[in-house]
Amino acid sequence: MAKILKLRELSKKDVLISAGHRMCAGCGAPTVVKMVLMASDYPVIAANSTGCLEVSTCISDYTAWKIPWIHSAFENAAATISGVETMYRALKKQGKIDREIKFIAFGGDGGTYDIGLQSLSGAMERGHDMLYICYDNGAYMNTGIQRSSATPFGADTTTRPAGSAVPGKTEQRKNLTRIMAAHDIPYVAQASPSHWMDLMKKVRKALEIKGPKFMNILSPCNRGWRSRTDDSIMLSRLAVETCHWPLYEVENGVTKITFRPKQKRPVEDFLRPQGRFKHLFKPENEWIIKKSQEDIDREWEKLQKEEALFAS
Amino acid sequence: MPKIVAATGNEGVANALRQVTPDVCAAYPITPQTELMQRFSSFVSNGQVQTELVLVESEHSAMSACVGASAAGGRVATATSSQGLALMWEILYIASGLRLPIVMPVVNRSLSAPLNIHCDHSDAMGARDSGWIQIWSENAQEAYDNTIQAFRIAEHLDIRLPVMICYDGFIIGHSISRIEYLEDGEVQNFVGEFRQVNPLLDIEHPLSYGPLILPDYYMEYRKAQDEVASKVSKIVLDVADEFKKLSGRKYGLFETYRLDDADIGIVILNSAAGTTKDVIDEFRDRGIKAGLLKPRLYRPFPYVEMGEALKYLKAICVLDRSDAFGGSFGQMFLDISTSLYPYDKKPLLINKIYGLGGRDYLPEHAEHVLNELIEITRSGKVKAYKEYIGVRE
Repeated sequence: MAKILKLRELSKKDVLISAGHRMCAGCGAPTVVKMVLMASDYPVIAANSTGCLEVSTCISDYTAWKIPWIHSAFENAAATISGVETMYRALKKQGKIDREIKFIAFGGDGGTYDIGLQSLSGAMERGHDMLYICYDNGAYMNTGIQRSSATPFGADTTTRPAGSAVPGKTEQRKNLTRIMAAHDIPYVAQASPSHWMDLMKKVRKALEIKGPKFMNILSPCNRGWRSRTDDSIMLSRLAVETCHWPLYEVENGVTKITFRPKQKRPVEDFLRPQGRFKHLFKPENEWIIKKSQEDIDREWEKLQKEEALFAS
Repeated sequence: MPKIVAATGNEGVANALRQVTPDVCAAYPITPQTELMQRFSSFVSNGQVQTELVLVESEHSAMSACVGASAAGGRVATATSSQGLALMWEILYIASGLRLPIVMPVVNRSLSAPLNIHCDHSDAMGARDSGWIQIWSENAQEAYDNTIQAFRIAEHLDIRLPVMICYDGFIIGHSISRIEYLEDGEVQNFVGEFRQVNPLLDIEHPLSYGPLILPDYYMEYRKAQDEVASKVSKIVLDVADEFKKLSGRKYGLFETYRLDDADIGIVILNSAAGTTKDVIDEFRDRGIKAGLLKPRLYRPFPYVEMGEALKYLKAICVLDRSDAFGGSFGQMFLDISTSLYPYDKKPLLINKIYGLGGRDYLPEHAEHVLNELIEITRSGKVKAYKEYIGVRE
């Protein structure tokens, strides 16, 4: 079992993604990566799908990664790391390598929910000893804020802009965390950088478990969310406190809510600071906010029931 | 002592893979490749080969897993056909761009639509400029021999490039013929230990694979790739020389058959070359100077050597088992034309498209082509530069 995290010890650890990368100021993704890598007590090898994180952290001849890192294409981070992990097992079996190494794939929501879903599902089903981390910023941010299946209901994006005839995204988000839990893999969790201790504990727990693991981590994007650059952590906290992004884990099929807001805040608190939801506050779009709240309430209710089911 | 067996082409290639023992093999079923990986998988299940299999959910993931496994630092193979190769297309360029020595038998099959599972060369021709080395094989023996040589070529420290070994689906893949197997130990000595270059698994020396390279250096990177690929011909010949010492079987950049003093010639790939050779013998018996050239190393294409071998002829027909539409020529015809362009005096060239989607290529087709070449040398005139043979009008 991983040791308990102590801030004093964490402060002594190397930051394995260096400063000087070209991610936007206020982007959630490098914060997420930093926390994930810092949480590991093991050497890590990472794969990265094409996307913001990838294009901004490794522009030849520079790299921000202080760990072995591979980028292949957009939709195949899971398949790529599964190949690396298989070679590791092959060489370990032959006695050519003896170190304990952990394998992590990073993908954005486009590369995970959409184009990479098949590759991810396949890798999970095959049982590779790997952790897949989706940093979910809710749209194709790298190509300029296009709608993805992770984009929240009602959000304004460049391919589904809010206009007089269309009020932004007209479909609900895909619930990827549940889809991954339905793979019956040993560990699935949802986390947020606002709750850093919860996030890092989940990573540590995941890395101690043998087999395929998946974590979905909210990653605010001020360009796409049309928010202030210094509001990332605040927004990710509001996402959790409104239960838009509930923090929970599913370990061996058992659901556990890992953070319960003292008082669940209304979804408007999460929506209002973000320009992508500005149009929802017009009278004709009130129904979208109402529906969003209903969806959130239903999911939160469901999670609590599931948790209770296993507690009894 | 070599062991002589009666086996299908797929069985022979599966046996070559067993003898080489890649560290990791990722694969996905597709006709007519499936038999190859089934046979290899039973070697794994029965403990006859120590390879980690990754049974992926698509060819896209097969090639992606190969990229990861190869970058990690070990010997890697996969195999595919047709739609599978088409689905891999994106990652083929990544494998070659990252200089990963992956070996992949391609059991040639047509492309959809219309759906057809039988042999033609459209699949590999579509991937001819993906930066992979392509080696084509006439029969099961060549497919077996080329698979073994492919590891030496791919893993050569001067190039480190992926290799496709192409052979005809069903015609060679599923037909039983004579194959001479080398001994396991001989094959293992021949391919040698895998030598790691910048392995991702080296935790002490972290590397980043697959950077973004913008217009400032992208073109230099591509030019460097061209320079590396220009070393391939020599390596293919060196490996063939060594292989000849081991097996007694001679391989080159291409094979010529009764070509030295020929007036007319056929250029043709893979299994149809065998049929054509028989017909050429008949024409020779009648005193007609006919010959054949069968390319082996198709990418990088040995333009100079090919031009030198063919420039003395009066008329040549290039037979393509793949097409380009609307009167555009077959892919190999374009390459042969390019080989001959620099010469002032050059043969007359025609192109025939044959055997698409498994349509039989018969001796009478070769006869028809050779008779037409005789007519061209007599009249000095070409009736049609591109025609289909063996097709209903």
